[in-house]
Amino acid sequence: MFELGPILSKAFATLSGWVIAHGVPAMGAWIINKSIQVGALVLGVSLVPMVLVYAERKVSAFMQARLGPMNVGPYGIFQTLADGVKLIFKEDVIPIGSDRILHVLAPMVACAPAFVCFAPVPFGKGLVPINLDIGVIFIFAVSGITTIGVLMAGWGSGNKFSMLGGIRGAAQIVSYEIPRVLSVVPVLMFYGTQSLQGIAMAQTGRWHGFLPKWFIFYPVIGQIAFLIFLIASVAETNRVPFDIPEAESELVAGFHTEFSGLKFALFFLAEYAYVFLSSAMAAALFFGGGDGFSAGGIIPSWLWFLGKTFAIVFLFLWFRWTFPRLRVDRLMQFCWQFLLPWSLANIAFAGLAVLLRS
Amino acid sequence: MANETTVPTVAPEVFPQVAPEKGMFISLGPQHPSTHGVLRVAITTDGEIVTSAQPDLGYLHRATEKLAEKRTYPQIIVLTDRLDYLAAMTNNWSFCLAVEKMMAVAIPERADYLRIIVGELQRIASHCVFLGTYGIDIGAFTPFLVAFGRERERILDLFEEICGARLTYNYIRIGGVMADAPEGWEAKVRKFVKEMWGHLKEYDTLLTYNPIFMDRTQNIGKMSQEMAIAWGITGPNLRATGFKADVRKDDPYGLYSKISFDIPVGKQGDCWDRYWVRIQEMRESLKIIDQALDQMQPGDTMGKIAKTFRVPVGEGYAHLEAPRGDLGFYIVSDGTPSPYRMHIRPPSFVNLQILQVLLKGWKVSDVIAILGSIDIVLGEVDR
Repeated sequence: MFELGPILSKAFATLSGWVIAHGVPAMGAWIINKSIQVGALVLGVSLVPMVLVYAERKVSAFMQARLGPMNVGPYGIFQTLADGVKLIFKEDVIPIGSDRILHVLAPMVACAPAFVCFAPVPFGKGLVPINLDIGVIFIFAVSGITTIGVLMAGWGSGNKFSMLGGIRGAAQIVSYEIPRVLSVVPVLMFYGTQSLQGIAMAQTGRWHGFLPKWFIFYPVIGQIAFLIFLIASVAETNRVPFDIPEAESELVAGFHTEFSGLKFALFFLAEYAYVFLSSAMAAALFFGGGDGFSAGGIIPSWLWFLGKTFAIVFLFLWFRWTFPRLRVDRLMQFCWQFLLPWSLANIAFAGLAVLLRS
Repeated sequence: MANETTVPTVAPEVFPQVAPEKGMFISLGPQHPSTHGVLRVAITTDGEIVTSAQPDLGYLHRATEKLAEKRTYPQIIVLTDRLDYLAAMTNNWSFCLAVEKMMAVAIPERADYLRIIVGELQRIASHCVFLGTYGIDIGAFTPFLVAFGRERERILDLFEEICGARLTYNYIRIGGVMADAPEGWEAKVRKFVKEMWGHLKEYDTLLTYNPIFMDRTQNIGKMSQEMAIAWGITGPNLRATGFKADVRKDDPYGLYSKISFDIPVGKQGDCWDRYWVRIQEMRESLKIIDQALDQMQPGDTMGKIAKTFRVPVGEGYAHLEAPRGDLGFYIVSDGTPSPYRMHIRPPSFVNLQILQVLLKGWKVSDVIAILGSIDIVLGEVDR
């Protein structure tokens, strides 16, 4: 009833019709439409961290027997906004010993891919910015660029703690990328498509009339795949218990020790954007995307999708405020000796299941 | 391009700085989140492995021992508050014990029981800080706000009620304690003790038996018994190696001989054992408080002692089991109102020295785990 997809496509069709009627070529109308869409997406992605930071503060406060922000706005809802303003007006310090170019470029290189990654995410029925056929692989490929930003930040700061953090970060992200990609392979094998939209659509329907046909409910394979994806995603986003590149108590602030003001905010933005992206991916891959329990119900698909995404985001927050940090060598050991074999085994299981099904 | 500006170098005799032939020199501190104050550890590493570590002290030096020579005895108690600021009660107590020993003052029984109660509450508060900050060192933030912000806060409230201060108490005086406990205070302590048992269980689920925490701390920073004794380690750090030594049992002071409690000991002296011994000590402290409350009778809280007094010529030494180990005060009196010389045996300072051998061969992440598990307070290290 409140589906945004049809409304928006109608609105954009009307807009391009109106623009073309005023003498703009079809190509121009397309460009105008896409610019509006991209603008909305970039704005949305920049706003997501604000919501997440507020959520993180309130969740952590709840877990730590305190209140969290209470003064800026009702229940402190504008606290993140105030912090954002503070960060924008802060002095941008470039240390003497740093490599200027790398230092300036690093936050941009780390942050920009996070925005691009949202292109193939299906936010609801018909609400996908670009329905890419290689959506899943596209996200993995583009998000890998952030590693370079982390390395640049670590090296370019000219600080030993930053360098250690950058090297650790690069090693960690590259290592965990592998089980993360492999954990998704069973999903691709089952649905025979790499488009996130396609995968989400394929998960509609019910088993025995009540159990949703989400991938997570495939016995054994679905659960293993989701767990590995979740763990690897937490490691990818450098969050506790895998926050080794930042490791406050060891490396001060790791690769972003020397960054201040807006540059620091960009790293921050990237981290939370990736948390949201990983959760959105998990929602689309394992939880049926916009598919709700009540088909054709009053709750629109985009709300289902956001609900699922934030439920998974909550897991990220929960981990952060409960677990201690792993040590860097144990982290690698865990990745190579536990996650990787299991994700490979899961692919074998999935292959067997697909073979038996056909 | 790296900037050509030269960074001013500091003379190596001021800062112990070993230029490594290979590897890297890391100056951990004095401004670093995990040095628990202003400590600097000069570390050389080969990759992530520490090849040498040298603690660099003195950033917080306030010449407490010298200051004491110009003050009267009651005034020195105020100075002792500032040593180990997380356990000011035991500092007061240790100093008063030394003076009382030299003057041979009799202390009323109630005052002695009150000393035991506040002393053990202080031990719990101090270990709560250890637990919280150690959690942060390992990367878990929540235990800090639970132990530090909830339980320790309640102890500080109790202290505030009994002496008016929350950090520097000046409560234990020569000859007794400053004031009797206000009405209802004992009931509040009992209530706290009862609830603390539940909180300790919570800590166990949150940190003690957390697999990641155990992985980070078990078999890390092992200290053998011989090594600990050779370096003069006392307190929980020594007991973690399996050596049963506690001043409260070995050289009982106050009325500890009337109270039954166990000395928890560890097995192999690793970081987890040092942590676990402290958690168990909190449990023992709760038992001690309960017994002291049961045995305490109404009565005087201050012995017969003149407002201004002189300590007889001679020397005296008294020590007690502070939360961080064996805290001793050595006083030489020349018969004037202030001591001729006062020397402090600070457990943190002595325990810290072992870092230079203990840190060798471990990874940079383990350095933090080991440093935190020794539990030092820089106010006491630098005096």
